[in-house]
Amino acid sequence: MNPTLLAVVTLAAVLFCIGLVGVLIRRNALIIFMCVELMLNAANLLFVAFAWAHGGLDGQVAAFFVMVVAAAEVVVGLSIIVAVYRARRTTSVDVPDALRL
Amino acid sequence: MEIGTLTFDATGLYQYSWLLIAIPALSALLLLTFGPLFDRKAHWLGVFASCASCGYALALFYAMLRTGAAERAVDVPVAEWISAGSWTVSFGLQIDQLSILFALLITTVGSIIHIYSVGYMADDPRRRRFFAYLNLFIAAMLLLVLADSYLTLFVGWEGVGLASYLLIGFWQHKPSAAAAAKKAFVMNRIGDLGLTMAMFSMFAWCGSVSFADVFAKVDGIDPGWVTAIGFFLLLAACGKSAQVPLQAWLLDAMEGPTPVSALIHAATMVTAGVYLIVRSNAIYALAPVASVAVVIVALVTIFVGAWIGCSKDDIKKVLAGSTMSQIGYMMLAAGLGALIGPVAYAFAIFHLLTHGCFKANMFLGAGSVMHATDGDVDMRHFGALRKALPVTFLTFACGYLAIIGIPPLAGYFSKDHIVEAAFEYHLGVGLAALIGAGLTAFYMTRLLVMTFFGKARWVEGVHPHESPKIMTIPLILLALASIGAGVALNAWIIDWMAPISAVAGETHAVSWMPTPIGIATLATVALGVLAAIWLFGRCEVPSTPPQTKNPLVIVGRRDVFGDVINDTLVVKPVMALSTAADVVDQSGLDRMWNGLGKGTLALSQLTRKVQTGRVRSYALVTVLGALLVGVLLLIGQLG
Repeated sequence: MNPTLLAVVTLAAVLFCIGLVGVLIRRNALIIFMCVELMLNAANLLFVAFAWAHGGLDGQVAAFFVMVVAAAEVVVGLSIIVAVYRARRTTSVDVPDALRL
Repeated sequence: MEIGTLTFDATGLYQYSWLLIAIPALSALLLLTFGPLFDRKAHWLGVFASCASCGYALALFYAMLRTGAAERAVDVPVAEWISAGSWTVSFGLQIDQLSILFALLITTVGSIIHIYSVGYMADDPRRRRFFAYLNLFIAAMLLLVLADSYLTLFVGWEGVGLASYLLIGFWQHKPSAAAAAKKAFVMNRIGDLGLTMAMFSMFAWCGSVSFADVFAKVDGIDPGWVTAIGFFLLLAACGKSAQVPLQAWLLDAMEGPTPVSALIHAATMVTAGVYLIVRSNAIYALAPVASVAVVIVALVTIFVGAWIGCSKDDIKKVLAGSTMSQIGYMMLAAGLGALIGPVAYAFAIFHLLTHGCFKANMFLGAGSVMHATDGDVDMRHFGALRKALPVTFLTFACGYLAIIGIPPLAGYFSKDHIVEAAFEYHLGVGLAALIGAGLTAFYMTRLLVMTFFGKARWVEGVHPHESPKIMTIPLILLALASIGAGVALNAWIIDWMAPISAVAGETHAVSWMPTPIGIATLATVALGVLAAIWLFGRCEVPSTPPQTKNPLVIVGRRDVFGDVINDTLVVKPVMALSTAADVVDQSGLDRMWNGLGKGTLALSQLTRKVQTGRVRSYALVTVLGALLVGVLLLIGQLG
């Protein structure tokens, strides 16, 4: 494998794992949200890297799609977080339990 | 059918013969819907409808008398009823010698009883409804006898069943009347099953249920099936005509108002079974086994009816037992029709007509007695009523002499023919019919003696008084019919009926002098009368039924175990079956479905714990799921 590509894939894997661990262990909704973005961008990085390696454009286009979807998701997600904060004065994901059994 | 030979008027009469049925039906509808607008005079509409129908029947009869014998039977198509593909059922009326006699009996006796009811029901707040039901009955009964197919007949058959149900239970505030109505209805359903099965069989073999088609194709039916149809029709006749084993409802039917007992449960509806068998003579001609069954049923019923008549103290139930017994005679003649010659069918109809007159006469007489004694029916509370109710007594006596067969009253001619026909068939059957005649004389004399003779045993506060003219005039009319019907019809009816029973040319000696068998019958009757006078006329009748160890009396008082047999054979098994079904339902099916529900609930209690509501554990599950998918894909690639 191309050493540059290997380095980029390794970087992406590390970024993804950081994001994943962040999602699983942090309680602050904003941090979790940023970690999710990190995972998305790790995926984007792979798209772009493999597109560059194979000389195709599909991956580049896919990366744009992911960015657009992520932007939309940020709008929805942030507004939920703001709404929850207004109602409960907290951004912890463990405190809201109205849907809990 | 070609009816060009008739005069114009007669054609018109035939063509509009559906008016016979439509007039009382319309009147019933009006009385039930718009009746409250003219409640106090409503009964006169009922009387008028019945009389109008009677007038039409008389006109039709006159027109038939004036036409030749060959053109008398006319099929009048009225409308197409059911049309499905190539198969159609038309709604038509058959005006012939048999149906016109029935129509005359129904409308004349019906009109007389309508008039009587105006007086009898005068104090009843629901009199309008009563007349509506009576009109409904007249319409349904006319439809029954004028129908030209079994299906149309069946509509009338059910219609009279409905009218009978409504009228037996007319005093619905009495639980006994409501129960009696239900009993009559349910027992009649068993008979109806026979009629429907007969229709199904006919349809399967002939592709049609109209009289003309079935009788034309009856030769082509498998002999076993002809016999089966004969038995099905016999079952139907047993239900409607209260013959053993479906006899028990008739006694309870006496819960209805007395005019109802006279019209429906003596003169007309209960004879529908006889009509059915006489009408189906082409079938019985090919089914001798079924005919023998008719004879056996008839003989058993003659004795069961007489037995009940001998032992009851309720005047209406004695008359009901007597009705069963007399219909037994008609059935006997109807059964003999196929065995000794179709002339017996004419005898059956002859006895049916005379019986319709004298039994209606006696029932109305009993109603007059009840009217005089505040509705009492126990003969042990009567006695010596002949002075208090002279008109009732004299008219009742006419009916009495007619039913026991004293010449020259109606019953003498009609019953004598049947006894002679029975002897012609078999000595044993003849002797049974003879003894039955003696028993008739016995129980009727007992009734007469206990009611009108001896010392007064009236309940305190009862002051018997003669009924008003509106009740006595119908009694007198029916008494005249009881006296004259036999002489008037004796020689004529056999010729008249000849085309129906297909005995053209056959002559049957009708002598005015009693034959040896006739003399024997008279002697038996005299014996029965004397025995009854000996037993009940000499000493005082106790006003409560005496304790007795005589098994005959005990069995008779319990209706020859009619109810017990029904209970053990039908009611209890059905109840046991429903109880068993209930147990299976409760402990089997219900438990199964309830258990399934509970199981689902328990399972959900387990799985709902997965829903913790913690976002991070959901995230963890998602990650693990993704890992699992990834691992599986990887294994798939490697394999």
